[in-house]
Amino acid sequence: MANNKKNLPAGKKNKVKNYNWQFWLIIAVPVIYAFIFAYIPMGGIIIAFKDYSIRKGILGSDWVGLKYFIQFLTSTNSVLVIKNTLILGVYTLIVNFPIPILLAIAINEVGNRFFKKTVQMVTYAPYFISVVVLVGMMMQMMDLRSGIINVLLTKIGLNPVNFFGDPGLFRSLYVWSGVWQTAGYSSIIYVAALSGVSPELQEAAIVDGASRVKRILHVDIPAILPTIIIMLIFRCADIVSIGMDKIYLMQNSMNASVSEVISTFVYKVGVVNANFGFSTAAGLFQSVVSFALLVLVNQICKKITETSLW
Amino acid sequence: MRTSKFRHMSLGDQLFTFLIYLFLCIILVIIAYPLLYVISASFSDPQAVISGEVLLFPVRPTLRGYEAVFKNRKILSGFGNSIFYLVVGTVINLVMTMLCAYPLSRKEFTARGKISLFFVFTMYFSGGMVPSYILINKLGMLNTRWAMLIPMAMSTYNMIICRTYMVNSIPDELYEASQMDGCTPFKYLLHVVTPLCKPILAVLTLYYGVSRWNDYFTAMLYLYDEQLQPLTIVMREILIMGKVDMTQVTDASAVSKLQGMSELLKYSTIVVACVPVMALYPMIQKHLVKGVMIGAVKG
Repeated sequence: MANNKKNLPAGKKNKVKNYNWQFWLIIAVPVIYAFIFAYIPMGGIIIAFKDYSIRKGILGSDWVGLKYFIQFLTSTNSVLVIKNTLILGVYTLIVNFPIPILLAIAINEVGNRFFKKTVQMVTYAPYFISVVVLVGMMMQMMDLRSGIINVLLTKIGLNPVNFFGDPGLFRSLYVWSGVWQTAGYSSIIYVAALSGVSPELQEAAIVDGASRVKRILHVDIPAILPTIIIMLIFRCADIVSIGMDKIYLMQNSMNASVSEVISTFVYKVGVVNANFGFSTAAGLFQSVVSFALLVLVNQICKKITETSLW
Repeated sequence: MRTSKFRHMSLGDQLFTFLIYLFLCIILVIIAYPLLYVISASFSDPQAVISGEVLLFPVRPTLRGYEAVFKNRKILSGFGNSIFYLVVGTVINLVMTMLCAYPLSRKEFTARGKISLFFVFTMYFSGGMVPSYILINKLGMLNTRWAMLIPMAMSTYNMIICRTYMVNSIPDELYEASQMDGCTPFKYLLHVVTPLCKPILAVLTLYYGVSRWNDYFTAMLYLYDEQLQPLTIVMREILIMGKVDMTQVTDASAVSKLQGMSELLKYSTIVVACVPVMALYPMIQKHLVKGVMIGAVKG
C-alpha cells in the first residue's frame, strides 16, 4: 500500500483509497466456507480420542486417550489393511510413475504432427471417464462367460480367467487399469516440459554426433528432471492415501483379503457401522503418515537434487 | 520435420524411430480398443454381444439398448439429477473460486499472506470422512441436494491456479489506472478481471465440471433417496452390483434373451453416461495443456 503511494505524483496521492474492507467483503464467503467445511471437521478429529456418543455430542463425550489408535495398530484386521494399503501404494508408484514419462518422451520424438495429435487425443481421453464407468467396463469385458477377453481366450484354446474372483489378480487389475486411465493425462506435464528444452542444446548434440537415444538420455531427461522430482514427491506421499473411489467399486467378497485398504476400512467402520471414534483414528493415522512421507521425501530430494517443493 | 530427414539418419536412429512409432501404435490400440468395443457393443444385437461375436464393429446393428435406457425411469432421473448437480455445482465453484482468488491476487489486500496460508493448509490436511459426515448431518444437509453442492463449493488447488493466472497475466497498471478513475475493487473484479480471466475460467469449468459429473462417492455418502441420486449411483447399481430392472423390457420371453438385453443395457448406459463429457472433449483438449502448465507454475 504505502509503497504504491510513494510512486505516484503528489496530486494523485489522495485518490488511491484504502479499499481493504472491500477485499475482505469479497473474500468473506470463501473464508466462511473454508472455516465451516474444512476447519470444523479438522476440529472434529478430537473424536478419535473420545468415546463419541451422539447424545452427549463431540465436546461432551468422554476422553479415551489413545485407545482407538492402539486398537487400530494392534488388531490383526488393521495390520492386514495397512499391509494391503502399502503394497498397493508401492505397486502403483512403481508402475504409474515411470510410464507417463516414457510416453511423453515417445510423443516428443514423433515428427508427424497428425500422428502426434492423434496419440495425444486418444491417450488423454480415458482420464475423463468416471471410475464407475471404468470399473463397469472392466467387469463387462472381463466377465467369466460373456466378457470379450474370456471369449477371445477360449477361442485360442486357453481357459477363461475369473478376473474379479481371483484375489491374486486384484492388485494388477487395479494398478494397470489406473495406467490405462491416467497415463496419457499424467504425461501432459512432461510433454510440456520437453517442449521447453532449448533447440540449441539439441542442435549442439546433433553436431557432436549424438544418436537419438543419447540425446534423450543426456539432453531431454536432465532438462525435465526437476519436473520429474516434483511429481515424484507428490506420488510418494500418495502411497498410503489410496483414494477409495475405485477400490470400493472393485471390491467383492472374493478379493476382500487383498482389496481392503485404510480408506475403505474407514468408510465401513465409520459410516456404515457408525463406530466414529475408531474410524476417525484410522483416518487420522493415514493423513499423518501421508503428510510425514511428503515432508520426508521432500527433504531427501532437497539433499540429493536441490529440487524440492519448499 | 524429422520424418523428412529419415533417409539421412543413421541405421540406429532409423531403428529407434521405428520402435517409437511401434510403441505408440501399441499404446493407441490398447487405449482405443476398449472404448470402441463398448460403443460397438451398445449398438449390437444382444445375442451377438453375449456370444462374443462382436469384436470391433457392431453386429446386426440395433438401437434396442438405447430404447431400454430411455425407458428406464431410474436412469433418466439419474441423468437429470447429474445435469442439475453439474450445472449448479459448477457455477457455484466458479463464483467461489473467483471471489477467493481475486483478493488473494491483489497486493493491496493487506491480509493476503495470512489468508493464503489459511486456504493452503486445507490442501495438506483435512478432518477426514467421519468428522465431515457428522458435520453434514448436524447441518441438516444429509439426504438433500445441498449435500451435493455446498461441501465442495471450491477446490483450493483450482483457486490457486486461478490466482496464479491473475497475478501473471493481468497487468498491475490496469488496477492503478482503474483506481484513478474511481473504480472500486468490486467493480474492478466484475468489469475488468472477470472478462480477462476467460481462458482460465474455461480450464476451471472443465476441471470442476468433470469432477462434478464423475463424482459418485459424495452421493453414496450423503444421499439415500433414489430421487436425488445422480447417474453415477444408478450406474453403480446396474454395472457393479448387477441390479437391472428388467420389468420394463417388454419383449422379454426367454431367459437368455433377458440376459442379452441386460448386457446391452449396460453397454448403452456406459455410452450415455460418457456422452456429455466426450461431447465437450474436443473443445476441452485445446485448454488441457494450458491448465496443467498454469498448475505446474505453482509447483
